[in-house]
Amino acid sequence: MTSVLSHQKDHEHEEHGHDESSLKIFGFWIFMITDLILFATLFAAYVVLRTRYNGGPTGEELFSVPIFTTSTIILLTSSFTSGLAVLGLKNGKVNNAVGWLIITVLLGMAFVVLEITEFASMVDEGASISTSAFLSAFYVLVGTHGLHVSVGIVWMIGAIIQLMRDGISEVTTRKVNVVSLYWHFLDVVWIFIFSVVYLMGVM
Amino acid sequence: MLENVKKFASEFFVTGNTLIYAADISIVLTSLSIVFALTYFKKWGWLWREWLTTVDHKKIGIMYLISSLLMLFRGGVDALLMRTQLAFPNMEFLNSEHYNQIFTTHGTIMILFMAMPLMFALFNLVVPLQLGARDVAYPFLNAVSFWLFFFGAMLFNLSFVVGGSPDAGWLSYPPLSENTFSPGPGQNFYIWGIQISGIGSLATGINFLVTILKMRAPGMSLMKMPLFSWSVLSSCIAIIFAFPVLTVTLGLLFVDRFFGAHFFTLDGGGNPMFYINLIWMWGHPEVYIVVLPAFGIFSEVVSTFARKKIFGYKSMVFALVSISLLSFFTWVHHFFTMASNTVDAFFAVTTMAVAIPTGVKVFNWLFTMFRGRIQMKTPMLWMTGFIPTFLVGGATGVMLAVAPANFQYHNNYFLIAHFHQVLIGGVTFGFFAGMYYWWPKVFGFMLNEYLGKWAFWLWNIGFYVTFMPQYALGLMGMPRRSYTYGWDMGWWPLNFVSTIGAFLMGAGFVFQVWQIVYSIIHRQRDLTGDPWDGRTLEWSIPSPPPVYNFAVIPQVEKQDDWWYKKQNGSHRNKAVKYKPIHMPKDSGIPFITGFFWFVAGFGFTFEWVWIGLSGLIGVAVSLFTRYLQKDTDYYIPAEQVEATESAIGGARS
Ligand code: HEM
Ligand SMILES: [Cu+2]
Repeated sequence: MTSVLSHQKDHEHEEHGHDESSLKIFGFWIFMITDLILFATLFAAYVVLRTRYNGGPTGEELFSVPIFTTSTIILLTSSFTSGLAVLGLKNGKVNNAVGWLIITVLLGMAFVVLEITEFASMVDEGASISTSAFLSAFYVLVGTHGLHVSVGIVWMIGAIIQLMRDGISEVTTRKVNVVSLYWHFLDVVWIFIFSVVYLMGVM
Repeated sequence: MLENVKKFASEFFVTGNTLIYAADISIVLTSLSIVFALTYFKKWGWLWREWLTTVDHKKIGIMYLISSLLMLFRGGVDALLMRTQLAFPNMEFLNSEHYNQIFTTHGTIMILFMAMPLMFALFNLVVPLQLGARDVAYPFLNAVSFWLFFFGAMLFNLSFVVGGSPDAGWLSYPPLSENTFSPGPGQNFYIWGIQISGIGSLATGINFLVTILKMRAPGMSLMKMPLFSWSVLSSCIAIIFAFPVLTVTLGLLFVDRFFGAHFFTLDGGGNPMFYINLIWMWGHPEVYIVVLPAFGIFSEVVSTFARKKIFGYKSMVFALVSISLLSFFTWVHHFFTMASNTVDAFFAVTTMAVAIPTGVKVFNWLFTMFRGRIQMKTPMLWMTGFIPTFLVGGATGVMLAVAPANFQYHNNYFLIAHFHQVLIGGVTFGFFAGMYYWWPKVFGFMLNEYLGKWAFWLWNIGFYVTFMPQYALGLMGMPRRSYTYGWDMGWWPLNFVSTIGAFLMGAGFVFQVWQIVYSIIHRQRDLTGDPWDGRTLEWSIPSPPPVYNFAVIPQVEKQDDWWYKKQNGSHRNKAVKYKPIHMPKDSGIPFITGFFWFVAGFGFTFEWVWIGLSGLIGVAVSLFTRYLQKDTDYYIPAEQVEATESAIGGARS
């Protein structure tokens, strides 16, 4: 297995003129820049519209400190566990890595479920996306992040399947690295949502 | 039941206009004859294997080229319809509603479905060859980008026959584009057509940025890279920063329309001005995204046909990059009349600042031509036609940038003349120059020069005849987007002249088509691979290039490396040992993904949520399948490379 791999790598260096994995990771960083701009634009929308309550509820009335603190803790923990998975991979322990990835996925799901229940209860209180510009901006910003987390979950499941199928290889290592990079990125975006939307909202 | 079907059909299909019925019939007939021809000649398998599943950048480039020329035809017909309506006062050819739809689809199609794909065609056809690379960085993603563009464009064009066309202008300003004022599927077609193809454009931007930064042949430092590749690099940087903003802007507008949110509405605390800021934060860079590669093309063409190294290479690079960055700080000039004085002052200065690097480029081109041994082949003809048009376009642009004066020309025909001057004289002429220049490389045969000259002169003269009168009309106060005017305004003679010019340009297009068809039939093969005596690496390989482009990756020593090697004779070094070549495998997934995006877009356009969602699930499943795939590339054995090379070599010598 390893000899085939290194043989292939030789070819790539000679004939393709570059190394496949580093090329893909580089492109992924550029993709993250574009995703960052996407979120920056949504934050701008939120900042522009955040005080336009249109007679509807304000952030202070809607946000519940225990809920958003719990979400934050869950997501931060999941970022940590995805880091542990990468570490496990580095040490060559497949099962350990798979285990941490599964825990990360479960935490991610818990985060999404919590977000959905939070949204549902807000809508029940009569605070829907069409109530005010403030709420439109809130739902779209936070919801886009939630959607990204959901995509990340499916993506990570794909990585787990391959890790279990193929064991540790250059390809699976890269895939786990990339998805965990993405996961950290979503964590960073959440820190901003936590501060700009929730903390500033209840203060 | 039957009543329901009837009612549905009368709302679903666009009815009530002979033009549309004629279009319906021709669409059905064309589709049927294509299906028939493919079946009769047993070409379905060929179509699927060779084209729909290809990940080869050259074939993808050809598909972009064909689609963009078709879109140029559609956008051009729209333009002629409008000019016909305006040829006489009080014409009753198009009513106001129809006119609104036509200028909207014309503008949108010309920029997003003609200029962008024509540009991507040239990116694909040329950049890897110029860099000495075997393909782009991500060939699979490249195919996905193409199919997203293709299905986005299909969706947008569908609005012509079902549901109804958008009519709120090419940038779809709210509150007009909101549900209250534009109910129905028209605006949704706009949103989803552009959204889908825009995601593809973003991916292309990333793809070519990485290709240029990481896949250059050994020895080609950035400062030895051909200027077209530099212009693509600057364009891609702008794509990467601008297109996410477009994605969000369209997304928010859709959320407003679909969920009743209040981002840009007049009620509920929404802010329409915020949309206008956002869309121009994308829109202004967008026009530079399309013009920068045209600058790159002119640089290649001028140095090839003047047979001289480009004058001021470093300042050219600097100008490209600085234009790309400056383009992000000028957007407010599109609505000077709506911003405050200090804001206006800042943006007036940044806008004028763009003229400086642009001026540098023009002088460098002129200096390159100065004392060169100029050959007036068709690509060079478009280049020389461009310089005066662009100078006038630039000068009127600076006039528009003077914020107080802008209050005078804002939204009248002066503006229409200005932006067509840069979009046609700069972008379109530039891409034509590129198409003519690289055609022999891509297809392996020459285009007829005689018909090409006719096409050029018709376009060029037609251009001035159409747009010079419009500057005057603007100063006489004729507002843009007016569908008719009275005899008493005194605008008739100039409008009439302008319409004649538009038909001259239409004739120019007909000559181009004729030229292409004629040259296909009377094929004059290019056996040299280097018909213009070119300077850069793409001319060092056969035309059309083999799948793997370069049998052996070249070692670059100088700027204009191929020219340099021809001068000192080192290009004839034939004693090579071939090695197996690593290539990506073809795949049907990009096409299928694009198709599911189409389904999703179609569903959401009509607010048929289940269709929309199943489209999105289809997209997710196809990409997930790809993610799990292992067997994605292969090796071409050395013997096969050798056989291919000696077969081509035999034909070449
Ligand atoms: C072939 C020659 C062309 C002719 C005769 C032509 C003519 C026109 C006319 C009559 C209008 C409507 C003016 C109005 O009523 O406000 C228009 C608008 C426009 N054109 Fe063209 N055009 C041509 C080519 C192009 C090209 C090549 C592009 C872009 C690459 C372009 C981009 C636009 C845009 C963006 C608008 C504004 C649409 C809007 O108001 O929303 N046109 N053109
Ligand atoms: Cu602008």
